[in-house]
Amino acid sequence: MSNKHVNAIVVGAGAGGGVVAKVLAEAGLSVVLLERGRWQNFHDTGDDELISQRSPKLTRAPGPENKPSRKAHEFDNGSYGVVTPNNVACVGSGTVTYGAQAWRFMPQDFRMKSIYGALDGSTLDDWPISYEDLEHCYDRAEWEVGVAGDDTANPFAGQRARSRPMPAFPYDREAQLLIPGMQRLGWHPFPIPMLRNSIPYGGRPQCIHMRTCCGYACPVNAKCGTQNTVIPAALATGLCELRTDAVVSEVMVDDQGRASGVKYFDINDRLQEQSADLVVLSASASGTARILLSSKSKLFPGGAGNNNDWVGRNLQGHCYVGAFGLMNEQVYEEAGPGASVAFCDFNHGNPGLHGGGMLANDFIIMPYSFTHQRPAGAARWGIAHKKFQREQYKHFIRVVGPVQEMPVFDNRVMLDPQKRDYWGIPLLRTSGTKHPHDAEIGQFIAGKAEQLLQEVGAKSIQRSAPSPASRRSAGGGQHQAGTCRMGDDPKSSVTNRYGQLHGIDNLFVADGSLNVANGGFNPVLTIMALGFWVGEYIAREWRGGGRFRT
Amino acid sequence: MKRKKEAGSSRRDCLKILAAAAGGVAAGVGGAKLVGRLGAPPSGPWLVLTQSEADLVDLVTEQIIPADEFGGASAAGVVNFIDQQLSGPYREQTQSYRAGLKRIEETSREMFGRVFEALQWDEQTRVLQALESGKASKKIWSDQDAAGFFRMVCDHTMQGYYGSPKHGGNRNYVSYRMMGLEYPRVIGQNRYDSV
Ligand SMILES: Cc1cc2nc3c(=O)[nH]c(=O)nc-3n(C[C@H](O)[C@H](O)[C@H](O)COP(=O)(O)OP(=O)(O)OC[C@H]3O[C@@H](n4cnc5c(N)ncnc54)[C@H](O)[C@@H]3O)c2cc1C
Ligand code: SF4
Repeated sequence: MSNKHVNAIVVGAGAGGGVVAKVLAEAGLSVVLLERGRWQNFHDTGDDELISQRSPKLTRAPGPENKPSRKAHEFDNGSYGVVTPNNVACVGSGTVTYGAQAWRFMPQDFRMKSIYGALDGSTLDDWPISYEDLEHCYDRAEWEVGVAGDDTANPFAGQRARSRPMPAFPYDREAQLLIPGMQRLGWHPFPIPMLRNSIPYGGRPQCIHMRTCCGYACPVNAKCGTQNTVIPAALATGLCELRTDAVVSEVMVDDQGRASGVKYFDINDRLQEQSADLVVLSASASGTARILLSSKSKLFPGGAGNNNDWVGRNLQGHCYVGAFGLMNEQVYEEAGPGASVAFCDFNHGNPGLHGGGMLANDFIIMPYSFTHQRPAGAARWGIAHKKFQREQYKHFIRVVGPVQEMPVFDNRVMLDPQKRDYWGIPLLRTSGTKHPHDAEIGQFIAGKAEQLLQEVGAKSIQRSAPSPASRRSAGGGQHQAGTCRMGDDPKSSVTNRYGQLHGIDNLFVADGSLNVANGGFNPVLTIMALGFWVGEYIAREWRGGGRFRT
Repeated sequence: MKRKKEAGSSRRDCLKILAAAAGGVAAGVGGAKLVGRLGAPPSGPWLVLTQSEADLVDLVTEQIIPADEFGGASAAGVVNFIDQQLSGPYREQTQSYRAGLKRIEETSREMFGRVFEALQWDEQTRVLQALESGKASKKIWSDQDAAGFFRMVCDHTMQGYYGSPKHGGNRNYVSYRMMGLEYPRVIGQNRYDSV
């Protein structure tokens, strides 16, 4: 059985892929959107802490399924083994269960090398595009997916053409407590921008403030992901077909070096071929690299776009750092989900450091996860444990953020030489050791969190940041990025500034893989913006009649 | 094919359980009325553990989260949680449990001349402290890390006590009541009041 030829295939219905599918379908291209997972909603997972994305102990919901999707990992002691998957697989991917922080990177995040210079042991570089290039795409993401926020109190934000479509959420109790402290320290608090409805928007209701948000699907559809915004919009054009349970194994590249389509395993594990005029990979930083490396052809024996051996390299995650403390007064409130106020005073310009990071109060911690939060020396079990749970849960406050991670050439995903998954596709293997400078930045930023907690009178303050002396193995996880970086020079990048593979004109990448440097912010809004950026370029060329036929 | 079927049926079970939990919501929000609704925790038959292993797990986990004015691990059915998970996601830990439980008995005999079940509360605590601090006899724990084993049981106890009741522990939402958290939640309702 053969599938009808289409104009475009988009692989992965996550943050980047959902956006690209919409842009292409609205431009009149016929699109097949292939996603290995399924539709998921709150009723599939509920508010079960032990299976949530934040603390997946018994399983990880939604997906990917444990056994069929395992991967290989090299540990920091050099040993290596097969581990359970740690990303998401469903329509919307992480945007179904994310915390929904909607950050634009700062202009400096795109010019890291120009600002800070080279760093030994790192491939730190400038993006080939600037914040200004991407500004209108950020704007589209904010309006077409939906963001609540207000930057007027943040002097460090880049210029914007207009405000966000929804007003910021009001500050929660923790924020109200932290803000005077920030102000006394001379810092600049402002409300965290959120991909959540602060007012009814996009035909969906306003947020009802649960305790569980980050790590869980939304029961009332007030969280804005690609699954309830751009993907339905793509489907509504009548030009986009979404196929779920479709596991893509490779891009078919012909002997002339053109992508002719993809191979994938359908819901019945049958191998299918789908042909198209062009292919966009949006399978996440690990997934996209895996597919490219698996796509071996005459002109690209080491995988599509990999003749210079850059595919899969420079894998970044985020070093998440901060501090917690205990307040005398109750800070907990039933109206969730936490994560309300942030400041960007230390994203850049920190003496001796190549970057920094944003800090914010954290999402409400759930009871089981709270058992791991203890000041040094506190009892971990027995009646003292129980007393701490009961007496301190509502007094616990945590300030955290992601810090700039220095890209390293040898931090990478690659194909495991021996092991294969359920479908016979080589397992993805992560390897490499993180750059020690990340931990130096992390210690500095965690120190700022500690300083703030001291300022507001917290007790038993505990810092969490890796020690610069520790070896930390590279890994992707929730904020994975960088494995197919964009750049002007084909020798030191995988795609050009439009996500188009160097050397394969009709093969594109549109996801976190493109990020040259991953910013001191959660990355999803930037990935959505890149979806618009790549999609608009393809649509423009398509309309111009170029159609990527060289 | 098999893979898909398994995933499908477990999801349906999940839904049924959620529906049952939702029934609980209607019956009595806020805890008090829920006390005892589910009766005493099950006392077997067990899926994986033998009866004597289960008895021992019950005592060990009760040490980890003891009863005070709120029930401890035993009343919360933590052994039930652990037994269920050992037949599922924690299958690979079954051997480690079997061996570790035997070694707890041996450690207890070596320290106090009696099996764990026969010890006073404080003596039991001291056995577990010996495990935790790595001071338990290396002869007994020759090829198993006592501290690592204890850490694992401790973490599983926390999961059973604080996790969702649908996995077999946290009966009657005892941990949520202990922490003063409103549960189960009537989604939305309480929010419209407070926002
Ligand atoms: C719990 C959680 C909280 C988060 N909170 C935030 C936050 O507050 N703010 C923020 O900015 N970011 C957050 N993130 C991160 C954010 O979700 C990711 O950065 C983002 O989704 C990545 O976008 P992407 O397009 O690169 O990949 P994804 O969105 O992961 O999309 C990739 C898609 O491709 C599919 N796929 C992979 N391989 C294949 C294949 N071979 N065949 C077919 N399909 C395939 C996957 O199933 C997936 O659906 C969070 C993530 C999680 C999990
Ligand atoms: S906090 Fe708001 S957006 Fe988040 S899950 Fe609850 S209702 Fe949805």
